[in-house]
Amino acid sequence: MSKLMTAAEAIRKVKSGDTIMVGGFGLVGAPLSLIDQLTKEEVNNLTIISNNLGEPGKGLGMLLRQGKVKEAVGSYFTSNREVGENYNEGKINIRLMPQGTMAECIRAGGAGIGGYYTKTSVGTKLGEGKDVREIDGQMYVFEKALHANVSIIKAAKADTLGNLVYYKTARNFNPAMATAGDFVIAEVDEIVEAGELSPEEIVTPHLFVDAIVLSQYQLTRDGVVQTR
Amino acid sequence: MSVQTDSKELIAERAAKELFPSSVVNLGIGIPTLVAKYADLDKVYLHTENGMLGVKDIESEEEIDPSLVNAGKLPIGENIGASYFDSAESFAMIRGGHIDIAILGALQVDGQCNIANWAIPGQNILGVGGAMDLLAGVKKVIITTNHTDKKGKSKIVSSCTFPVSAVRKLDILITDLALFENQNNRLVVTELMPGVTLEEVKAKTEASFDVSDQLISHKEV
Repeated sequence: MSKLMTAAEAIRKVKSGDTIMVGGFGLVGAPLSLIDQLTKEEVNNLTIISNNLGEPGKGLGMLLRQGKVKEAVGSYFTSNREVGENYNEGKINIRLMPQGTMAECIRAGGAGIGGYYTKTSVGTKLGEGKDVREIDGQMYVFEKALHANVSIIKAAKADTLGNLVYYKTARNFNPAMATAGDFVIAEVDEIVEAGELSPEEIVTPHLFVDAIVLSQYQLTRDGVVQTR
Repeated sequence: MSVQTDSKELIAERAAKELFPSSVVNLGIGIPTLVAKYADLDKVYLHTENGMLGVKDIESEEEIDPSLVNAGKLPIGENIGASYFDSAESFAMIRGGHIDIAILGALQVDGQCNIANWAIPGQNILGVGGAMDLLAGVKKVIITTNHTDKKGKSKIVSSCTFPVSAVRKLDILITDLALFENQNNRLVVTELMPGVTLEEVKAKTEASFDVSDQLISHKEV
């Protein structure tokens, strides 16, 4: 069965109350068409796992403004002041994680690892209340793996099987998130026939990808431009 | 150029001298980012935690690629021998001790060499980024900061009142007034910045600190 879908067809997989992983570091490597489609859907009480929560009214920031976000899990929400406002008004929960801890929790989630111990955050406010263990004379805190019902990610190119290649620093959280969602939707700038990508260049093998959606947006020097 | 910009450039230029040939270096946001232009990028490899080794500065607007940014979301260039990787692998490099030097900013440091660089008491804690991971895993930590805040208050305090970022201490502290080394978790001033006197450093430092026997002083401005 073909994995090629429209954004609307693919995003129908998202249900109210779901946990959604969203790739990207700011707008770089963010699945903008899929986020846009999510803002058009009648879903709410979402838990969003993403490094940031967009900008005020933009990207995931629009989802926040629409009141669809119940909880945000990420490492850097400072770029959207509305996150703090919503938090102060008790409208959303926030779970702040060190960026590397978050990345590894996603990796673990996709790799069948229940959790792991890390040195990061030991002795800090973010390490409070966590299980601490000494291993070979060094202190570590326990971190539980992260999973999602749906992961929406961005890649540069897909082949028709769903093999993915990425572009420069737009890779960021996308490959790990491709492994940690029950249903994985990849938004791409270009779709080629299977066999056209070199097996050596494929970063995300197709078994991780359930749906491929052609992107409608491009990140340019002048900001986000609609291309389709 | 404003006085404040000047002091930032001065700190960055001094910090660049701490980099050694073939070192892998991660630069934080703010003053640390400025270090790139004083570093010899034929000999030093810059890492950015959003997934690249081999960062260089861009020289013109034409070189801007919107999908090529550093951890501060600023446009960067691709040096010879550069590579890209995902966030999980990038932080494996950081946590796993594969990065030689991190140059980071700070909100406060204290006399016991503790670092606070992620949260301000009384404000929502909404961002941490990679600060804690870098402190947990990088071999050498250099803190660069102005000696005092905008109100003239010392950022080098007796004991951090802001939340600390790690149990890990700083190795070197470089401010617009002086360079300090961590010796047995105590700050020791080893070098004064051009035109700065030890008296001025003492007057503007809340923390107690020691003075090196081999204190380097540049009298000329």
